[in-house]
Amino acid sequence: MRFVFKTHYHQDINLFKHSGQRFWYGVLAMVMLLAPLVLDDFLLGEFSYVFIYAIAGIGLMLLVGYTGMISLGHAAFLAIGAYAHAWFMAHGVPLPVSLIAAALLTGVVGALVGLPTMRMTGIYLAIATLAFAMIVEQVIAQWESVTGGYRGMAVPQPELFGWDMGSPVTFYFLCLLVLVLCLLAARNLLRAPTGRAMISIRDSEISAQSMGIDLARTKSIAFGISATFTGLAGGLFAHKLSYLAPDAFTYMISIMLLLMVVVGGLGSLHGVIFGAIFIGLLPQGIAILRDTLPDAVAQLPGLEPAIFGLILIIVLIYEPLGMYGRWRKIRQYFEEFPLYRKATHKRQKKYLRTERVK
Amino acid sequence: MEVLQLLISGISQGCVYGLIALGFVLIYKATEMVNFAQGDMMMLGAFIAFTLINTAGMSYVWGLLLTVLIMALIGVLIERILLRPMIGEPPFAVLMITIGLGFILRAVAGVIWGNEPRNIDSPFAGGVMRMGEVAIGYENIAIVCGTIVLCSLLYAFFRFSRMGVAMQAASQNQLAAYYVGIPVKRIFSIVWAMSAGIAATAGVLVAPVSLIDPLMGFIGIKAYAAAIVGGFGSLQGAMVGGLLIGIVEQFAGLYLPTGFADTSAYVILLLMLFVRPEGIFATIQRKKV
Repeated sequence: MRFVFKTHYHQDINLFKHSGQRFWYGVLAMVMLLAPLVLDDFLLGEFSYVFIYAIAGIGLMLLVGYTGMISLGHAAFLAIGAYAHAWFMAHGVPLPVSLIAAALLTGVVGALVGLPTMRMTGIYLAIATLAFAMIVEQVIAQWESVTGGYRGMAVPQPELFGWDMGSPVTFYFLCLLVLVLCLLAARNLLRAPTGRAMISIRDSEISAQSMGIDLARTKSIAFGISATFTGLAGGLFAHKLSYLAPDAFTYMISIMLLLMVVVGGLGSLHGVIFGAIFIGLLPQGIAILRDTLPDAVAQLPGLEPAIFGLILIIVLIYEPLGMYGRWRKIRQYFEEFPLYRKATHKRQKKYLRTERVK
Repeated sequence: MEVLQLLISGISQGCVYGLIALGFVLIYKATEMVNFAQGDMMMLGAFIAFTLINTAGMSYVWGLLLTVLIMALIGVLIERILLRPMIGEPPFAVLMITIGLGFILRAVAGVIWGNEPRNIDSPFAGGVMRMGEVAIGYENIAIVCGTIVLCSLLYAFFRFSRMGVAMQAASQNQLAAYYVGIPVKRIFSIVWAMSAGIAATAGVLVAPVSLIDPLMGFIGIKAYAAAIVGGFGSLQGAMVGGLLIGIVEQFAGLYLPTGFADTSAYVILLLMLFVRPEGIFATIQRKKV
């Protein structure tokens, strides 16, 4: 275990706590930068997927993991980002401007959706966001002049200052760059007053309110920021799909994003990355599973959603803090080696008192 | 006449939403848990009834009763295995568990019964009652009557029976109910059994109108919207919300451009959340410290 001797207030909000962290993140950065030298195009493509999921996951994590609000409709924000970006690109807007514009547009929509949710608690919000996602899906299907309806919409080739960004290597770097910027932004947000306000709302709305936090405003901002990140991911996702259709952004995608933040570990940005890697590897894992299982089981339709459901349930019952939570426990076990106490991480049960009068 | 015809089919459709919402609200009211698999439980009930009535050749009434019984058992099992460990956990986790459960139920149904739509041999199928120019299918009448009977039973249960009152107590304060000797855990099991039974009834009643397939549970989403429109946690609210959404949907289908029929339930929900977030029959007050 490493104890940092603090000599300055800034040490509390530094990005890296000590030189060890700086070293290991540096190594990680080098590995990511050099990866295209050894990986083939297919793997690079998979990595870009993981990066895109992670960007969307940061958005959802800020909402679910840090503000304590549930969204079952994040696929809608992904869709809005993707369609907006494709539309801007088709009208000749350059790539970076188009990406940012699409993200901001999604953010505005998100904040607007967040507005009526200010007085809502978890369950209301879950169903309201679900309803919103359903409406967006229909709007995309019906608004043919912009989205092409069910016929779909082609996404223009990405291009930056005359460079073709569509090749796996350049697209890999584009996604990596955006992901790193997003992580830094999220990290920065979380040590700023707004982020702190979000976390306090998650822990207790009542005490947050008594400390003078404007609940409605903060929740709305949280929703907007979350949607912005997801919209940005949507823009990149559009290039990955290269052809947009309404059925690419279903309820299933929303649940997959939620699965990602839950499996990764709620309430940590590390968890987003772990979750994104997990979701990125899952299709491969299922493919391997199909090969090893007996044919009768392996060829079943709907094996994939069932596995999704099963993982979700197992994680929530046995390890609610997800992969990152498990990793922290393992690390702590070795750091405190003979003295580790299981009860350190005991979950506290909270018995519910209703808010209903009848 | 067109209006009356639409109204009647709207009421019948609304009763289905209402029934699903009823099971949903019942669980919420008694356990503060939200069951996102309610629609899928309805689907499972319909498939079990299909097996009993069509494949095993039981009569409609006995098939229905046995289905309710089997589903009640499945409800208890689900509660016991998945939700009992979650007592005292945040509501979010419980919600996610039931979403996972929905995925699994859909996959299981797809494996056992396949993906092609099926229908239950029902004595109500095909018959039409004519009143002037309005034609009402027997199956729609069955849905409405079934709903009325079920609602009266539930009302009486909560109003007069000891268990019903105990459930209300458990729903208001789990810990306090436990202290005064109410078997809270057993009540949770019973509530899940009842809710699964209601879902099964809804599934059997709706089978002749919308055929049975593993994805039919998705109409549950509209039912959740209905529950919120009616005022979450209120049983009569669930029915009223269901009826409202059912009726508006029918009219939107005829008078508004395509796409509105499918989304009208959600539009109503979002409007409601803007105007009166506590729903028609408000049961929520501000949380006190």
